[in-house]
Amino acid sequence: MSADIAKLESIAKQVRRDIVRMVHSCQSGHPGGSLGCTDFFVALYFHQLSRRKEFNLDGINEDLFFLSNGHISPVFYSTLARAGYFDISELATFRKINSRLQGHPTTHEHLPGIRVASGSLGQGLSVAIGASRAKKLNHDDKLVYVLMGDGELQEGQVWEAAMYAPHNKVDNLIATIDLNGQQIDGSTEQVLSLGNLKAKWEAFGWDVLETNGNDMNQLLDTLAEAKNRTGKGKPIMILMKTEMGNGVDFMMGSHKWHGVAPNDEQLAAALDQLEETLGDY
Amino acid sequence: MKKYTYTEKKDTRSGFGAGLHEIGKKNDKVVALCADLIGSLKMDAFKKDFPERFFQVGIAEANMMGIAAGLTIGGKIPYTGTFANFSTGRVYDQIRQSIAYSGKNVKICASHAGLTLGEDGATHQILEDIGLMKMLPGMTVINPCDYNQTKAATIAIANHDGPVYLRFGRPSVPIFTDPDQKFEIGKAWMVNEGTDVTIVATGHLVWEAIQAGEKLAEVGIDAEIINIHTIKPIDEEAILRSVSKTGCVVTAEEHNRLGGLGDSVAQVLVKNNPVPQEYVAVNDSFGESGTPAQLMAKYGLNADNIVSAVQKVIKRK
Repeated sequence: MSADIAKLESIAKQVRRDIVRMVHSCQSGHPGGSLGCTDFFVALYFHQLSRRKEFNLDGINEDLFFLSNGHISPVFYSTLARAGYFDISELATFRKINSRLQGHPTTHEHLPGIRVASGSLGQGLSVAIGASRAKKLNHDDKLVYVLMGDGELQEGQVWEAAMYAPHNKVDNLIATIDLNGQQIDGSTEQVLSLGNLKAKWEAFGWDVLETNGNDMNQLLDTLAEAKNRTGKGKPIMILMKTEMGNGVDFMMGSHKWHGVAPNDEQLAAALDQLEETLGDY
Repeated sequence: MKKYTYTEKKDTRSGFGAGLHEIGKKNDKVVALCADLIGSLKMDAFKKDFPERFFQVGIAEANMMGIAAGLTIGGKIPYTGTFANFSTGRVYDQIRQSIAYSGKNVKICASHAGLTLGEDGATHQILEDIGLMKMLPGMTVINPCDYNQTKAATIAIANHDGPVYLRFGRPSVPIFTDPDQKFEIGKAWMVNEGTDVTIVATGHLVWEAIQAGEKLAEVGIDAEIINIHTIKPIDEEAILRSVSKTGCVVTAEEHNRLGGLGDSVAQVLVKNNPVPQEYVAVNDSFGESGTPAQLMAKYGLNADNIVSAVQKVIKRK
């Protein structure tokens, strides 16, 4: 394992600790998808994104990231704090009264790192396309990233955006779908099946890559490859297989941990599995 | 009664198109998006002269609102254009989350509002849009009265930082305001000073209010007429100053009686100076197919309806 990978995995472990502690603290939130996407957030913010030190809402001359499936806010908040956007002590306020860390991300509380509210599903890809178009108008060669959940693809707006981006050659955009196969009421296959997503996105005109979202090596390679493919007339889509609850054995692979907080014993068990690496808040 | 005349009728949507083109020339941050209704929204001139700043999104209004929100993140000032029905009700959640709650500087420009869309019928005649938009925290709601005022408003909103709902219509209506007017958001326009009743009107109902004022003058009723082009934030001071003099008010709008201008005025009055009020508005119903004139008459939105409402409210003083 390279030193770089070891460092990223160490950060990911701490982010997972943050997630379970945040959700436990307020007895509310979405740990399953957050844990599944932790490696992606860490790879993105600590390796891939070209970003400026000072947060600027307009994000000119830096890469931008939009979280469309805003319910996995714990992983977003922890990553932003660990990446230096705000003090990690603020993670303790998650979902509590007067907090900037609302249940779902918002610009309303002026939390550095967040550029649009999300939570009502299906809107993030459209917003990311708008930001991508603004970058082109501004002759800004940095990239725009967006993450959606797989269940979110059941929203019709996603497919409006899916049609728009290739038609208009939005090729400074890298979209990612978190394929954990779970949603609140069960598996995506049971609730409303998504079919062959690679074929669907390719049919819409996207350049599609696939990766394992819980393998840091693969993730870094895929993100690098995605970046290489930008600027060639097509938007890029990364289909990223993840495991809901990854890192905590009793949460893994179960839709039941989509939006349930661990009790005291479950928290202790989860933290036992996640070695502290950077210091808890 | 001050005399108002007109030499030309023109649609307010053309005022929007002209204003958009003009502000496009002055401000290169202005971009425009349209959902397959370029001709209806009169966006042709902007598209022709600024093709790189014009985005055709197709019949996909939700995506249009999201793209508009995203464009602001690069410092742009997006104007979205489609019918009022598809600019509000169809995309309420997108506007609420990605634009209003996110505080994005998007100008939602909505044509074909109200009954006077005409023959297309109720599926396209939204009468709830003012209410929907004014309930969103931070949203400014503007409903100008004629071509000139729509053009001036379209230009002015580029300099207002925050989301705006700009509402206009399809049919040609008299042009009676100054072509070089200054449009001030939130500042009512005193159309006629009077002493017996306050008529507060918005959109093309302002012209009907002027016609009503002339008819009332003939029977010795001196009406004060106020054009509320900005429904949110509403000019409380102008309304209260007027009713303290007249002691009663009639509100007039091409909108559902519930949730529109009338209710905004009622809120101002009930808090500060409760006086009798009558509504000239659509009485909580959907519209139907017909010519604009037929619909205005059937749903009670004409000058004669304003006259009747004035006679009724004066008796309640």
